[in-house]
Amino acid sequence: MLHKYCRLVVASTVLLILAGSFVTSTDSGLSVPDWPTTYGWNMFTFPPSKMVGGIFYEHGHRLIASTVGLMTIVLAAWLWMTDSRRWLKWFGVAALGAIVAQGLLGGLTVLFLLPPAVSTAHAALAEIFFCMTVAIALFMSPGWIDGYTAVGADDVRLRQLTTATTVVLYTQMLIGATMRHVGAGLAIPDFPWMFGHVVPDHWSPAIAIHFAHRLGALIATLSILATSIYIWMRHADRPELARPATLIIFLVGAQLMLGAITVLSRRDIWINSFHVVCGALVLTTALVIALRSWRVKFANAASVVGIAA
Amino acid sequence: MRLRNAWVGWTAAAALAASVVACGGGSKDTSAEPGGAASGGEKVDTATAGEVKGSVAVDGTVPKNDAIKMNADPVCVRENTTPQFQETYEVGSDGKALANVFVYVKDGLGNYSYDAPTDKPTIDQKNCRYHPHVFGMRVGQPLEIVNSDPTLHNIHAMPKANQEFNNGQPIQGMKMTHTFTAKEIMVPFKCDVHSWMNAYVGVLDHPYFAVSDKDGKFDIKTLPPGAYTIEAWHEKLGTATQQVTIGPKETKEITFTFKAPAGPTPTN
Repeated sequence: MLHKYCRLVVASTVLLILAGSFVTSTDSGLSVPDWPTTYGWNMFTFPPSKMVGGIFYEHGHRLIASTVGLMTIVLAAWLWMTDSRRWLKWFGVAALGAIVAQGLLGGLTVLFLLPPAVSTAHAALAEIFFCMTVAIALFMSPGWIDGYTAVGADDVRLRQLTTATTVVLYTQMLIGATMRHVGAGLAIPDFPWMFGHVVPDHWSPAIAIHFAHRLGALIATLSILATSIYIWMRHADRPELARPATLIIFLVGAQLMLGAITVLSRRDIWINSFHVVCGALVLTTALVIALRSWRVKFANAASVVGIAA
Repeated sequence: MRLRNAWVGWTAAAALAASVVACGGGSKDTSAEPGGAASGGEKVDTATAGEVKGSVAVDGTVPKNDAIKMNADPVCVRENTTPQFQETYEVGSDGKALANVFVYVKDGLGNYSYDAPTDKPTIDQKNCRYHPHVFGMRVGQPLEIVNSDPTLHNIHAMPKANQEFNNGQPIQGMKMTHTFTAKEIMVPFKCDVHSWMNAYVGVLDHPYFAVSDKDGKFDIKTLPPGAYTIEAWHEKLGTATQQVTIGPKETKEITFTFKAPAGPTPTN
């Protein structure tokens, strides 16, 4: 039951990230000038009939965020009361702390008129919180608790590779978030060329950030390919690794296409927003692979109370 | 600028967190400091003052103004029964006269002092548009911001030399004032609720400015004799300058002609 609830929290967080990306894509971040109130109303009593224009995106994002926050309180309490793993209890509390901090960052960025540093931090913490919910769901899964089938087969190189890939993807997300919040999404307006060249023939800070995100996409893709190929070659018999290794190839392919179309469509709202969400899915899939590669290092969880229910 | 801010530091987020508790955050209406009059200079002698007037034209065919879809807010749809377009290029019936051009004395004024302005410039959010679209005012002069619409607006000013602000006006008839403290050409306004709404104000430390009307005409009066740089600003076509010298009681006529950008579609 708790595992199912964890998956519900993960799904809700995906929806929250989508809502947040719509706020940025539609440039609606300041359509509600006050926080935590909404045009002076208590957030939860703001009339739905007044959710017009940019308010629909910004206030909708706040409502979804509040719901996810409440769900995280329940999650943390549930873990605390029912799970025997002490570290996981505190991990649930940490997730709650992350969503609270995330809400504060969201409020601050509105009150201070979207400073790029705060908005980027808001995006960065969103991904961390999403990773935490995915990790909790994984830790609660029957497969994790059973230790998977080949738990005894530790592979140091696999752990290094999957960890490095996850770090690369998070770094790439940070660059993307920075690019998004400094308004550099179209600093290089063509694709696949850059001002008609392989490398831009002129530079500015915005062009450099945009270029770094494209270069990061290349490095991230190569990292993912290396990880997936390694798993297919060395651990094809471990479905807990082989399946996400295949999934992430499709996800990164979709992500590259969404990124390209974002530029070519001049930042179409839907494409741009799905690019953010797909990026989060790529990151968390890599995280799942990495955590599963590290499973052997975790204590045997078979004796955990009531989690497989 | 925004880019540089991005690197100012992640630590800034923590500092902001502390400061918001202390300050409450957000921009506030600045109290209106009376006047806008420069101190210490000589008064303009209206008996010898001259005038610069003229017209603004566009050479060529300007692009068609973007159509506005207001269906994001049913109130805006209801308030506008005719098709709405952006006011980017307001061209007269002759196909040349260009309205909404801000014309002002950029340089050449000596050390004059000016009477405090008695009028109160107003920007009105009516029918989900800003009225006026382009206007001028003085440093230190209170700007009245009105919401005449039965829907919510936020007014978001994005200056570079002045303080940025973003205030909500959720109720019809709400008013607020804001005072700009530094001269700036131009301060853009936008409504983040209704993305099509935009306006521009020129903030000056002297009274010598005008906005071209639908016939492209402008008139800058009571200008003391002297040699001046006059600049014309348009939101898309940029700026143009002219040198003009006026003697006592002299009226000079000048014409600004902007080159239309490339584009095959005719204006509305």
